Amino acid sequence: MANERQELNRQLAQMLKGGVIMDVTTPEQARIAEEAGACAVMALERIPADIRAAGGVSRMSDPKMIRGIQEAVSIPVMAKCRIGHIAEAQILQAIEIDYIDESEVLSPADNIYHIDKTRFDVPFVCGAKNLGEALRRIAEGATMIRTKGEPGTGDVVQAVSHMRLMQSEIRRLVSMSEDELFEAAKQLQAPYELVRFVHENGKLPVVNFAAGGVATPADAALMMQLGAEGVFVGSGIFKSGNPRKRAAAIVQAVTNYQDAKLLAELSEDLGEAMVGINEQEIELLMAERGK
Amino acid sequence: MKIAVLALQGAFIEHEQRLQQLGAETFEVRQLADWLQPMDGLVLPRGESTVQMRLLDQLGLLKPVQEAILRGLPVLGTCAGMILLSSGYLGTMNIRVRRNAYGRQLGSFHTVGQVEGIGEDVPMTFIRAPYIEEILSPDCRPLAQVDGRMVAAQQGCQLATAFHPELDADLRLHQHFLQMARHNVIVG
Repeated sequence: MANERQELNRQLAQMLKGGVIMDVTTPEQARIAEEAGACAVMALERIPADIRAAGGVSRMSDPKMIRGIQEAVSIPVMAKCRIGHIAEAQILQAIEIDYIDESEVLSPADNIYHIDKTRFDVPFVCGAKNLGEALRRIAEGATMIRTKGEPGTGDVVQAVSHMRLMQSEIRRLVSMSEDELFEAAKQLQAPYELVRFVHENGKLPVVNFAAGGVATPADAALMMQLGAEGVFVGSGIFKSGNPRKRAAAIVQAVTNYQDAKLLAELSEDLGEAMVGINEQEIELLMAERGK
Repeated sequence: MKIAVLALQGAFIEHEQRLQQLGAETFEVRQLADWLQPMDGLVLPRGESTVQMRLLDQLGLLKPVQEAILRGLPVLGTCAGMILLSSGYLGTMNIRVRRNAYGRQLGSFHTVGQVEGIGEDVPMTFIRAPYIEEILSPDCRPLAQVDGRMVAAQQGCQLATAFHPELDADLRLHQHFLQMARHNVIVG
């Protein structure tokens, strides 16, 4: 029964493939996102750029606010809980959230342990910046992985590094002989069975999205070309000049990520992109939370 | 046998794998240029129906797809694909469909059931699935029921399921669709 739930939850993530998941803070933004073609929304009180600006401890959003967004749209609604915060996750499950993001964007509640996600019926997505992290999260029960990137910066460089690293580590496992996999599992600090799955299938056993710093249609197309199966856009949309148009353009860019001519059209007249900050300018690297 | 798979958003690769296992050729439709190749059938995969509908419209695919189906192009729609075929969307099939009919993700489930013309033990996976609320014309007939709800139907060369035959190892439904496509006059 538990396995069947895991399987159904992995399958929901597959349904989101080739799609864009957008951060929203109000029912109004959620409707704009849905109309623009988001395949799911992430409900949160503050988008990462504002969390970064505000500083302090950042926690799970008010369930009432999340409910408002659930009522506003018909697409799946996700919400974030702090790393290791079992109770926040239980609360999100109680309000029947479609997906929980155990996220480094919020302040971690536990510096050592992630949530044992196999104990939940509701599915989890987790961030990872390399293959070892991804496989550890999957072992804990995550049914979807995203790159960590560096959220709230509008700078795609970290998402690119994480995706490239993960893909090259996957290729390395594929090329290994079977007797080398035991040592590889030891080095990756990941369960042997999952390492073997990657060796045999050339991919993670769950869907892998890009996240953190995606701000333009070109950013989204870049991540898809690097092997992402879909894209999260956080601050990039509602921190920009024309959210509606930018959101719709990013959705189309993910579908036709290899058509440069169309991407050129989509990139026209989008208004001002989010200003963004370089990773060197920020004091807090969220990607270093939860390993 | 060449089958087009709508690849705007969602889980289209799983359909391609099933069809290829059965010896069919497949190609992805991401924009109008892809659509202009000859085909013997079309698959509308699962995903988010709102996203797919919007992209069909924006990419100029909505009318051509609709017209081809009305001219008799065999089509298989699963989950979101069934919604696309239904009244109020492409409207080529005379069914009224309720979206997210089983509620949120906690309402997703797997079962085994009977599908007319396929078998009594067809695996059925429902993920935030719709069901058919009403069949609007006599030439459209229900093929399967789960807990008293209609979850599959056929009207001419259009086959729609609320569940996901592409997720289970059972190939009978795709085989049935390919047979439909094989016996159909090729539509350009």
